[in-house]
Amino acid sequence: MPKFLLLKHYRGGPQPHRAVPPMDQWAPQDVEAHMAFLRHVGEVLEESGEFVDAQALTPARSWVRYGGPDAAPVTTDGPHPETSDLVAGWYLVDVESHERAVELAAYVSSEPGPGGEPLYEWIDVREVMSGEPAQD
Amino acid sequence: MVEQPVDPRDEGALRALVPRVLAGLVRRGEDFDAAEDALQEALLEALRVWPEHPPRDPAAWLATVATRRLVDARRSQAARYRREEAIHAVPGPPATVEAAVAVSPGASVGGDDTLFLLFCCCSPDLAPASQVALTLRAVGGLSTGEIAEAFYVPEATMAQRISRAKRTLRGRRLDQPGDLAVVLRVLYLVYTAGHAGRVDLAGEAIRLTRQLTLATQEPETRGLLALMLLNHARRAARLDPEGRIVTLDRQDRARWDTREIAEGVRVLQSALALQTEHRRPGRYQVQAAIAALHDDAASVEETDWPQILSWYDDLVALTDDPVRQDPAAVLGRAVAVGHVLGAAAALRETDRLRDVLGHRHRWHAVRAHLHELDGDLAAAATAYAEAAHRATNLAERDHLLRQATRARAAQPASEYARAGRRAHERARLDGEGLGST
Repeated sequence: MPKFLLLKHYRGGPQPHRAVPPMDQWAPQDVEAHMAFLRHVGEVLEESGEFVDAQALTPARSWVRYGGPDAAPVTTDGPHPETSDLVAGWYLVDVESHERAVELAAYVSSEPGPGGEPLYEWIDVREVMSGEPAQD
Repeated sequence: MVEQPVDPRDEGALRALVPRVLAGLVRRGEDFDAAEDALQEALLEALRVWPEHPPRDPAAWLATVATRRLVDARRSQAARYRREEAIHAVPGPPATVEAAVAVSPGASVGGDDTLFLLFCCCSPDLAPASQVALTLRAVGGLSTGEIAEAFYVPEATMAQRISRAKRTLRGRRLDQPGDLAVVLRVLYLVYTAGHAGRVDLAGEAIRLTRQLTLATQEPETRGLLALMLLNHARRAARLDPEGRIVTLDRQDRARWDTREIAEGVRVLQSALALQTEHRRPGRYQVQAAIAALHDDAASVEETDWPQILSWYDDLVALTDDPVRQDPAAVLGRAVAVGHVLGAAAALRETDRLRDVLGHRHRWHAVRAHLHELDGDLAAAATAYAEAAHRATNLAERDHLLRQATRARAAQPASEYARAGRRAHERARLDGEGLGST
């Protein structure tokens, strides 16, 4: 079965469908509902036998590259342009089809935001290349 | 010592034999890694054989079977390398010169085996992650799979980490006394790694430290055991049923383990009793004393903050430059200052740490707490949000976010509305609308 990464972003991606303030500005009960929903997503995926992994990333970022022979690595710790993509975390799922991955991503995106209304967050759906050559 | 029969289904009793048997093999001159592998095989054999044929002397049985495995391994090693080369047509690992040590029957096994093995596993030549892994395997008797699960890494990765660590120790003389401070630090690392999956690492660390207190009179060892017990006693109250963090001031104290607290206090007192004019209590004893004062309060209001502050004074006095050498102690002291002398004084204390800890979430979380103590909810909310932004642990991040929204919502209505409008404006302007993760 193909594996897909459902990526959540701190920023980047298409124009947000719904502009909302950062989460620390939400009402406490909205934050609670949001976190409960994400826990629920994890449970749903485990229940359905599609869960592989879920991780969250801190927003701190360093770009690093080889500095050349006998030189230290070159790093930039920011600030980075506000328009650049910043991944916040992911679900890795093992599903029947691309359609199922899209269905799950849409479900994640229905997570409640301020006022309990869906966030309509854009989810980046990426297929993981399989390690074995195709059998056909 | 009279041998008690060991039930092979009692994993704890079986694992308690590991340090004794392993230490016996290593003292006899066996290579640490080979002896450790052989003992693991002997343990598996014990699980199979003992239910039908319980041994009279379980430790001796394990030593005998492990020794037999060592002899077998030496015999077949050369042959195995030849076979592997033939099959895979690649060079196998270089044939090690494993000195065929003659087995001297009746080799003496001292009472300080645990200490001896801990010194081996906590060799300063090993990185902390390797010290921890090797300690859990060789002293704790955990399987590689269990250790891997506890640290969320693939089993193959942990197996490699352990075998690299054992290779590092190979050929090393293991008879010099080690550094007890390193051993204590490793045990504390195991404790703070908490627990995941089937293995309760905190419980394992307590078990090993308790064993160590039997082997050394050093008061800091007892101090560490007391510190672990006094913190561990609160574990049931630390998370709510949804896995959310409950801070000390909001915990249901009826859920604290009073037996563990009593033992912790007793162990701490026995350590403190050994202090003299020239030998002041070390850092674990001081931290245990602070934990004991928290545990001792029947309600958060009854917390003896002046006493806690005075222990923190002792803690920061242990280093010459506490801001740089022990900033965590200075930060903890600032909280106590807040409760004794007021939030303003405490915030000034944290200012001294800005250069050292300003990039860490904990510094912002403490400042948020102090602002809240001061009644400045707007500043508290901002600092909690900053702390959440910098958190590296999911449960802590979620907790800090909740604290931020709670502090913001508790502000007077007019201020709250203003803050909300400002936030909304900002979100619209920079297009950074996705606060969710």
